[in-house]
Amino acid sequence: MQSAAIQAEGLTKRYGETTAVESLSFTLPRGATWGLLGGNGAGKTTTIAMLLGLLVPSAGRVSVLGHDMARDRFAALARMNFSSPYVALPHRLTVAENLRVYAHLYGVRGTEARIAELAAALQMEEILHRPAGQLSAGQKTRVALAKALVNRPELLLLDEPTASLDPDTGDWVRTWLENYRAESGCAILLASHNMAEVERLCGHVLMMKRGRLVDQGSPADLVARFGRDNLEDVFLDIARDRRVEA
Amino acid sequence: MNGAPRRVWGLVYRHLALYRRSWPRLLELMYWPVLQMLVWGFVTAYLAGVQQNTATVAAGVLLGGVLLWEVALRSQMGFALSFLEEVWSRNLGHIFVSPLRPGELVAGLITMATLRMLIGVLPAVGLAWLLYGFGLFGLGPVVVLFFAALMLMGWAVALGVTAMILRHGAGAEPLAWSVLFGLTPFACVFYPMATLPQPLQWVAQAIPAAHVFEGMRAALLEGRVDGWHLAAAFLLDALWLALLGRVFMAQFEAARRSGALMNIGE
Repeated sequence: MQSAAIQAEGLTKRYGETTAVESLSFTLPRGATWGLLGGNGAGKTTTIAMLLGLLVPSAGRVSVLGHDMARDRFAALARMNFSSPYVALPHRLTVAENLRVYAHLYGVRGTEARIAELAAALQMEEILHRPAGQLSAGQKTRVALAKALVNRPELLLLDEPTASLDPDTGDWVRTWLENYRAESGCAILLASHNMAEVERLCGHVLMMKRGRLVDQGSPADLVARFGRDNLEDVFLDIARDRRVEA
Repeated sequence: MNGAPRRVWGLVYRHLALYRRSWPRLLELMYWPVLQMLVWGFVTAYLAGVQQNTATVAAGVLLGGVLLWEVALRSQMGFALSFLEEVWSRNLGHIFVSPLRPGELVAGLITMATLRMLIGVLPAVGLAWLLYGFGLFGLGPVVVLFFAALMLMGWAVALGVTAMILRHGAGAEPLAWSVLFGLTPFACVFYPMATLPQPLQWVAQAIPAAHVFEGMRAALLEGRVDGWHLAAAFLLDALWLALLGRVFMAQFEAARRSGALMNIGE
């Protein structure tokens, strides 16, 4: 049987007396797109960092694509990738040079062909030889996505992929991600504050609050259970402790 | 090329791409070694006029010391500043979640440190020969061993500095420039170890560079290769590399536990 994209069991992170994430358990199937939602300080970034092996959990375990992240994280890291507007690429390097660096780090075969393929798919041909620091927010988002896709990942962790984008560019990115997931079968875990984006892209949502998983389900299921019109209202109910279980 | 060498090359390529389009950075690599060599070259030229009999010896000892000490300085700074380039460009978040192992990160930084050292020091060596007639490589093949021992020491110190940056973040950045300058008095660059007071001689004994400079003076003044000091330098290098390598790895793992890797540039 094929292992899950992510299997988290009792994932916990404590900093002294503070608990950032407590007993988080979930299983992200292959090929699915799930959302990770929560207000500021809910523990989303900490969770993603633990899934990436950037942060060692205080308790619990994570398995990514069948690899235990405590013992075998580099095998998993080669098959996954990550994008966040809060982590930059070297500004003075051109887009092509940046992609070349990551193609080498991820051991991608046919580097130049892969860069050309990504440039065509993400409409980046005209900016390939421009320094990354001179790009607009929308162009930077496309480059960040290209970096995240350079190794044809089986699992993609996206932290607010459309933050600071105008509605048109944001919509373009969301459409692109939908198509990419359908074509590649890549599993996606998406952390976002954009509820419309999550409703559109995600088949399942994990709701976090103060480090705990407080609810989960499909967007439609959550909206129905909370008796609300949309996921944003559900989010506000949870954030403001107004939840009344139907 | 694949596997670990490819990943190391990826990191090296990132820095080479940076230098390829930035001639001020390249110039900066040569600036201090050349400036140091010029200042000390004129000092020795002045001494040549004052103390005629010892002038050639003094020139050799001073210029050889300046040039070889730059090897250690540039190796240490080349390693630490290449790491800091990743911090400054907020790129570490991507580097540390790629399949690049910590040992490969170190190998990439060592490669860059070597290239930066050669670009910085070799022009100064050439100018010393052109302007003052001092040929460092005239000492013979032993110079390669001096270079190697001092590079190893530079990398060991840089591992310690990088470990401090992992622990304390941006607050530890100044160490990348200053730490080896603090060791200069005990490295006995311009004077024999015996010049130091006895307690400080014990400190100097633990520093590989002090043995290299004893060896350099033996080669310059007596025309012989001092095997004991060379062996001591390499043995100490091995000990410091092992010790500070462990400190680096321990600090890397501590940073993974504390979350420091997530916000190291802040």
